[in-house]
Amino acid sequence: MKLDSMYQEIILDHYRNPLHRGLRDPFDAEVHHVNPTCGDEVTLRVKVSDGVVEDVSYESEGCSISQASASVMSDLVIGKKVDEALELEREFLALMQSRGTAEGNEDVLEDAVAFAGVSKYPARVKCALLSWMAWKDATAKAVDPAAAAAPTPGLAAPSLTPAAGAGAGPALDVPEQEKP
Amino acid sequence: MTLTESLIAGGTPGATGFDVEQVRKDFPILARTVHDDLPLVYLDSAATSQKPLAVLDAERAYYELHNANVHRGIHVLAEEATGLYEATRDKVAAFIGATDRREVVFTKNSTEALNLVAYAMSNAETTGGEAERFRLGPGDEIVVTEMEHHSNLVPWQMLARRTGATLRWIGLTDDGRLNLDNLDAVITDRAKVVSMVHQSNILGTVNPVARIVARAREVGALTVLDGSQSVPHMPIDVAELGVDFLAFTGHKMCAPTGVGVLWGRYELLEVMPPFLGGGEMIEIVTMEGSTYAAPPHRFEAGTPMISQVVGLGAAVDYLTALGMPAIAAHEHAVTAYALDALATVPGTRIIGPPTGTDRGGAISFVLHDDAGRAIHPHDVGQLLDERGIAVRVGHHCARPVCLRFGVPATTRASFHLYTTTGEVDALVEGLHGVRRFFSR
Ligand SMILES: Cc1ncc(COP(=O)(O)O)c(C=O)c1O
Repeated sequence: MKLDSMYQEIILDHYRNPLHRGLRDPFDAEVHHVNPTCGDEVTLRVKVSDGVVEDVSYESEGCSISQASASVMSDLVIGKKVDEALELEREFLALMQSRGTAEGNEDVLEDAVAFAGVSKYPARVKCALLSWMAWKDATAKAVDPAAAAAPTPGLAAPSLTPAAGAGAGPALDVPEQEKP
Repeated sequence: MTLTESLIAGGTPGATGFDVEQVRKDFPILARTVHDDLPLVYLDSAATSQKPLAVLDAERAYYELHNANVHRGIHVLAEEATGLYEATRDKVAAFIGATDRREVVFTKNSTEALNLVAYAMSNAETTGGEAERFRLGPGDEIVVTEMEHHSNLVPWQMLARRTGATLRWIGLTDDGRLNLDNLDAVITDRAKVVSMVHQSNILGTVNPVARIVARAREVGALTVLDGSQSVPHMPIDVAELGVDFLAFTGHKMCAPTGVGVLWGRYELLEVMPPFLGGGEMIEIVTMEGSTYAAPPHRFEAGTPMISQVVGLGAAVDYLTALGMPAIAAHEHAVTAYALDALATVPGTRIIGPPTGTDRGGAISFVLHDDAGRAIHPHDVGQLLDERGIAVRVGHHCARPVCLRFGVPATTRASFHLYTTTGEVDALVEGLHGVRRFFSR
């Protein structure tokens, strides 16, 4: 089946048994990213010490591609210098934007090369990138707390918190920011 | 054989003469293949319908023979173009049982039609006393339901923000219907407008409009009905529905994209302030100010979507010739068949009414693997696409419904006049395949 190029066994393995999942303390920054077209969501925390990504933890909801990508990403960047990890992110982004023309450097990207097939499916590229974008955003905030105050590009519009007691909800004229 | 049985048997012409195989021949796209040589199984008509040749031909003929701007110029082409544009107004009025053609306003789509009413209501603040009914402010309430498409929710949230009014909503029951137990407590005499969907695009539910309109009338609130998913699929009579406004969108009823309709009672349109200002919507203009044209033109500023309106006229002719009762009966049969067929796929949870009663042909569900783990709709949709089956996945622009049912997204199969039970069978087979793939 042609789809086997997208649903690689490695991807399905990470999907079934995700690594580093669950939100952990301590952390320097936490972000919440969503993919508004399909409802994929990730809450992700980053702990950085001495320029090294000490921990990445997350809770996510989404398709096999986005789930597996969060697992692969966190396993790749944990323990790396922030600069090296950002370089990996650029490399992965380039692979995802290759529309099926690149194979990816396995020495650098390790399990993440399995996502090369996903780049042929434009609708799914966002799924593969969701956790990477969240990680990059959280890391920027962890490294430069001033940036944390600035609005995050690419973050979806704030969602309205559903009111308790359907049928008699309060005014929605002050929607709450989606809680990170 | 009953009519329903004969339709299920493969669309042999029943008492109504509706023959789905014959209908399919009118839609060229349904004959194409995807992924090399697979037949297309299009189960995404709630997102947009396919277009019959008659509509494509009408748009082409318009540009080949009659193209000109409407309502301006006195040359032959301008008169022909205006005649075609205005003829659609008559057709649409007849299609929805409106007795006054001036009650039909052309918009870009449903979204614009709904925004038109919402913006008119806040513009009423700066209009004379005749627009009193449209005014609202702090202490007033806007009522919607929890199953609205974002297009019938966000404009009202925005209106609440602009005016200080409060948004309230009718909640849902576990099987995807409106919870009317506390209707009188949700719609009170503070309500100025009640806006609701007729047929839900995500749940498929057909709502009891009469009951809600009766309550809204009791408290003197305006009523708006989002008919995006009902006008294309069932006979509609605005007089019978009893609402004040009805919004719908051409592209879901076999017409081109780019054209929709706001129908409103004339006595209301007559005193309703405009939303967009510009050419064609005015009466007298000076540098100091302007007076506005009478409806419908007051609400059709600028050059309209002429060829799309012409296409909408052809779509209305097409649907009328087949007969909306026959189309509704066909879709009802396919929906009932699909609900039964989906029940045979293990691990399928329907989000919405489980039976065909008061529901239309949009079926949302969540599929689970052998271990009981939900397979994400994105994965379901991708694997179905591999078989040439087009469904929609996601929150279907109704995220509050997903929140209500505790699911991040659903897979939705939706039907139209050209959908066959054979396509439903292909879906069911595809879903078995998806489960096998993810249960490995
Ligand atoms: C129930 C409902 N309301 C409103 C809309 C909005 O229609 P449009 O995008 O054509 O404005 C849709 C279609 O997506 C719908 O299904």
